[in-house]
Amino acid sequence: MQEILQYLFSGLTNGAIYAVIAVGFSMLYSSTDLINFAHGEFVMLGALGMVSLTAGFGLPLIPAFFLTVAGVAAAGMLFERLAIRPVRHPEPIVLIIITVGASIFLRGAGMLIWGKNSYSMPPFSDHPPIDFAGARLLAQSIWILVIVTVVTAALHLFYRRTLTGKAMTACAVSKKAAWIVGIPTKWMVLLAFGLSTGMGAVAGAIISPITMPSYDMGTMLGLKGFCAAMFGGLGSLWGAILGGFLLGILEALGVGFVSSGLKDAAAFILLLLVLYVRPQGILGSADVKRF
Amino acid sequence: MLRVRNLKCFYGRIMAVKGVSLSVNAGEIICLIGANGAGKTTLLSAVCGLLPTWTGEIEFEGQSLKGLDPPAVVRRGISLVPEGRMIFPPLSVMDNLRLGAYTMYKKKAAEAVEQDLESVMTLFPILRERSDQPAGTLSGGEQQMLAIARALMARPGLLLLDEPSMGLAPMIVEKIMEVLEVLRSRGLTIVLVEQNALAALEAADRGYVFETGAVLLQGSADELLADKDVKRAYLGKDYGDFYDAV
Repeated sequence: MQEILQYLFSGLTNGAIYAVIAVGFSMLYSSTDLINFAHGEFVMLGALGMVSLTAGFGLPLIPAFFLTVAGVAAAGMLFERLAIRPVRHPEPIVLIIITVGASIFLRGAGMLIWGKNSYSMPPFSDHPPIDFAGARLLAQSIWILVIVTVVTAALHLFYRRTLTGKAMTACAVSKKAAWIVGIPTKWMVLLAFGLSTGMGAVAGAIISPITMPSYDMGTMLGLKGFCAAMFGGLGSLWGAILGGFLLGILEALGVGFVSSGLKDAAAFILLLLVLYVRPQGILGSADVKRF
Repeated sequence: MLRVRNLKCFYGRIMAVKGVSLSVNAGEIICLIGANGAGKTTLLSAVCGLLPTWTGEIEFEGQSLKGLDPPAVVRRGISLVPEGRMIFPPLSVMDNLRLGAYTMYKKKAAEAVEQDLESVMTLFPILRERSDQPAGTLSGGEQQMLAIARALMARPGLLLLDEPSMGLAPMIVEKIMEVLEVLRSRGLTIVLVEQNALAALEAADRGYVFETGAVLLQGSADELLADKDVKRAYLGKDYGDFYDAV
């Protein structure tokens, strides 16, 4: 029982991270029909940016967090403006290859800036771990869960309550219809990139204390987030969240009960199963496009 | 109000509209009729900025529309009710209407938007009843009304409608045409593209008959209704007479 609870805690923590990354994939996909394979690299930028701003420049935690997220979101928008928008024949496959290229570029840039070393970062607060029926919950895990909840709620309110959020939903439904109505769709796409990469930065910033951030951490996190988004249903906010948490928990249980070698394999086995059994994901709509 | 001169529209190397000229005066209802592929929808796409590959002149209130994208055209005062309605099914009826007023909100005219909401819901009472429902749950006729109402929310001076009667029962078509009359009496100018030529010509002042990318005939609605060729080709009347004569 105690063991299960312990696995559950670690699963929830990882799951929350996967969920935020998956949300980034999912929201960008729904407004642009594009899978951004450089998304993991923006997570890396978030983590290393956070490390540099706090340890390197000595900024306090909160300003460093917001600055990191804003900076990475700006980088994401720059990416859209410079690499995605100018494409003359924006077919999905072309754009996807561009994002793969961007991911290699960003990883290279990360290596040049931060070197090949791993960094470490102190937790956001130095509370001792909390005992919970014999299992221990790290203070950073609580930070992660709280921040993820707040960010998700804010995103939900943004989509449901603000005109811009609704306009982005409209763009996701039909870009042409939104354009006709008078919504500047190019601006919406730019905003989607900013929000999506900003979410990636949030994920990176909050896990920096529990991983050892390094220039190549983004690939695996990005793929896990992608699996989670596919699992929950690409294009659905709640699907991405659900997929993220389920993936995190299944992974933790797999590691605990079967083998720790299974950790990374779990996500991909799950992805294959989803693609065979239910390609639209748990909460996705039935019409899945094939490239 | 709207003036199109020698308009040629291209899809790649294919010319879909081959030198069309037409004019729309303020307060008129103009209808464009013609078979599938005659270039009517293409012409509307060119006017509202969806199709940038055209040559010739399109002037609205004396200013060229060359190079404007759809949001810029909407801001100039032209709204399109597109073919197939193109509402946003997962969003509520109310949200659809508010998004129609996107350009109005950006002009900081939120109060005007509230007035306009009131006025379109008076025009289409069913939308008030269903304002919280997702738009995708409306019937075809209600969706068409929503599409028209959404276009009105931008406060256009010129309303372009592409096949508003498509797939609707005759009674609902009649209702929509009545609404167009009401809108005209309030000073709106309307261009109506229709395959349902009879309903369109009965509502319109003047009409243009399109065939394979060119204007074949033009005249007042009454003249067109009486025209033998129009009757035969688009109104489905006198087909027997025509057949006997051959």
